[in-house]
Amino acid sequence: MRRPYDAFHKWFEKEDPARLRAKQREAEEVFRLTGITFNVYGSEEAEERLIPFDIVPRVISGREWQRLSRGIEQRVVAINAFLHDIYHRQEILRAGRIPVEMIERNVAFLPEMMGVSPPGGVYTHIVGIDLVRTGEDDFFVLEDNARTPSGVSYMLENRETMLRMFPELFAREKVCNVSNYPMRLLHSLAACAPRETHDTPTVALLTPGIYNSAYFEHSFLANQMGVELVEGHDLRVVDGRLAMRTTRGYRPIDVLYRRVDDEFLDPLNFRRDSTLGVPGIFDVYRAGKVTLANAPGTGIADDKAIYSYMPDIVEFYTGEKAILKNVPTWRCSEPDALSYVLEHLAELVVKEVHGSGGYGMLVGPASSKREIEAFRKKLQSRPGNYIAQPTLSLSTVPIFAKSGLAPRHVDLRPFVLVSPGGIKITPGGLTRVAMKKGSLVVNSSQGGGTKDTWVLDD
Amino acid sequence: MLGKTANGLFWMYRYLERAENNARLIETGQRIALTRSGGAQDDWASVMQTTGTLAGFSGKHAELTKENAIDWMLRDPDNPSSVRAAVETARQNARMVRTALTAEVWSAMNGCYIDVKQALARKVSERDLPAVLGLIRQRTALVRGATHGTMLRNDMYDFARLGTFLERADNTARILDTKYYVLLPTSAPVGSQLDNVQWETILRSVSGESGYRKVYGQNVRPRDIATFLILDLRMPRSLNFCCSKLRDNLGYLVSDYGARLASFGLADALCRRFMSHDVDAIFDYGLHEYIQDVVSSLYELGQQIEVDYRFFA
Repeated sequence: MRRPYDAFHKWFEKEDPARLRAKQREAEEVFRLTGITFNVYGSEEAEERLIPFDIVPRVISGREWQRLSRGIEQRVVAINAFLHDIYHRQEILRAGRIPVEMIERNVAFLPEMMGVSPPGGVYTHIVGIDLVRTGEDDFFVLEDNARTPSGVSYMLENRETMLRMFPELFAREKVCNVSNYPMRLLHSLAACAPRETHDTPTVALLTPGIYNSAYFEHSFLANQMGVELVEGHDLRVVDGRLAMRTTRGYRPIDVLYRRVDDEFLDPLNFRRDSTLGVPGIFDVYRAGKVTLANAPGTGIADDKAIYSYMPDIVEFYTGEKAILKNVPTWRCSEPDALSYVLEHLAELVVKEVHGSGGYGMLVGPASSKREIEAFRKKLQSRPGNYIAQPTLSLSTVPIFAKSGLAPRHVDLRPFVLVSPGGIKITPGGLTRVAMKKGSLVVNSSQGGGTKDTWVLDD
Repeated sequence: MLGKTANGLFWMYRYLERAENNARLIETGQRIALTRSGGAQDDWASVMQTTGTLAGFSGKHAELTKENAIDWMLRDPDNPSSVRAAVETARQNARMVRTALTAEVWSAMNGCYIDVKQALARKVSERDLPAVLGLIRQRTALVRGATHGTMLRNDMYDFARLGTFLERADNTARILDTKYYVLLPTSAPVGSQLDNVQWETILRSVSGESGYRKVYGQNVRPRDIATFLILDLRMPRSLNFCCSKLRDNLGYLVSDYGARLASFGLADALCRRFMSHDVDAIFDYGLHEYIQDVVSSLYELGQQIEVDYRFFA
């Protein structure tokens, strides 16, 4: 048990396990009633499911957090500089630090964004950096989420639940507050409004609708910020501005926090069959009349193939060595790397370059021979579609299992807000935990759970 | 406020009201079936006619039994107006407009959905029916109570109320439409056994038995029932009460938005044309024709509200 857990552990030892178990059930009942659910794609009738919640907080000391924050801030600065460069002069390509084809042939690269400068110069208004820990001071970045990172509602609801269930715990220990995130988000978004917006900017949140897996989070954030939750069919371009249909007529929007992917954003400019977007919204954007958060085309920065270049990217734009480590990555598009990966499939984790949610990946050590051979065929037919990484010996944190406290693997996603005023990192984040013993997959779609994340104010 | 939100609130409360009204109709049907010997099929048919789902039922079932009828109205997936479907649709709309609801209203609605869904997961036995119907009424009432106690009295509330009263007016009108013949002065000799049962049915299906007695005494007379259900402003399910609420809420929107739109004119005309006469004038006009006219005016009003407040693009 690491030191930051001391206070928690002392409390836990005096508690009656039966009471804690009752509390755990109580928490899940609250989640069900509040509707803190996610929809599972592909399951019958798009069922709404609860994410398992574990009552043992994950604790990070103030000192650890400071170091992490510096690393995260450095990385986010670099990501925004990289995006500006890629969509303007492409110095990093000219300097030969990234091969040109990594960008030009990448589906996450959006040529329509060339020469477009987003209001306030911000590309990634909201970023989630996925971290794992392998030792006392060894944090690795697993991936960057620079498109539309989700999960922040769990960070907030998990804390609310802990405060409600175990108020006495918070009296023993000073835990940094996370509940002001929605207000910070609103201010950060408003600060990125187009320059000619004079009075208070109108912010709205665009959701794909109630069947989206993250709909709860969309309505939660809109509610907490006090902004309208809109869908594509509520919006229209009116007099060169983005506007929403209200009961009194169309009203302009200055900043759209969109939780709809780039390709569905505008049927006139991107996918023509999209019903989730707004015809012409991208033209309004290019004219500088609306802010889209995050900017279109940011996917080029969190693409899994680009990920392997992140240490170079950080160095290129900040002139410093990257504080946070990257997991060593083999790019299967490169012949040498491919042959290494094919030889060591049983030891590696292989991921789709554009995949997410833990789908379409191979965890070598946890897979059967048949699964590995089936995956080998997929890899050989489209090597450029994959990257491989070693299975890290991830550190574990305790969860409250049937037998009492038991170790499980976790990751951590802190949430970062970017505006012309600066970068703000909420002291906390989403801790996802693999509820199965020994499992490394923490994705909620694959049975992972969550727990509260404490950054100590020490 | 988004047009879509107004639409969602309107339909959330319409479906909530529908779930409650259908539960009440089933309760009444059950009660009648228990108190008379044989021929109960006709009563169930008329209950389903009131909910506008008799044709759908007949398309699915060759024979009308009490079990079939109850299951159809409670939980049949082919019946879009079943209690289960109504609660599901209400909750679906609530999810859509969640940012417009208070936390209390949302969790009452979500709790209503979870409990009703569970209670209706399997066929409900006759023995369990009273408890299940009680649960439905209680859970829907909780949503109404949370709404009343916690929602801001602004345009959002107005749209919620419009949905409630349009559905309720429609329901009362349908009950009258199905049973109008037993209220006519020319129907079977007053005080016959048959009529007493029919009149009691009407009053029960609007939870009006005790209210009626307080106002009109022990003697149940068709003319008084018609007055009570159509014109009495003290009766919260009468047509006049519902229509005046519709006019009130549209009036609040008129002053809130500073624009007098066509829907207010329609509601105002509805009140003036149909609710300002005495019951004899209605019988002279023809009860059946009168009800038909009110039903189509209500329909027209619903359509106009959608247009005036931009429910759709």
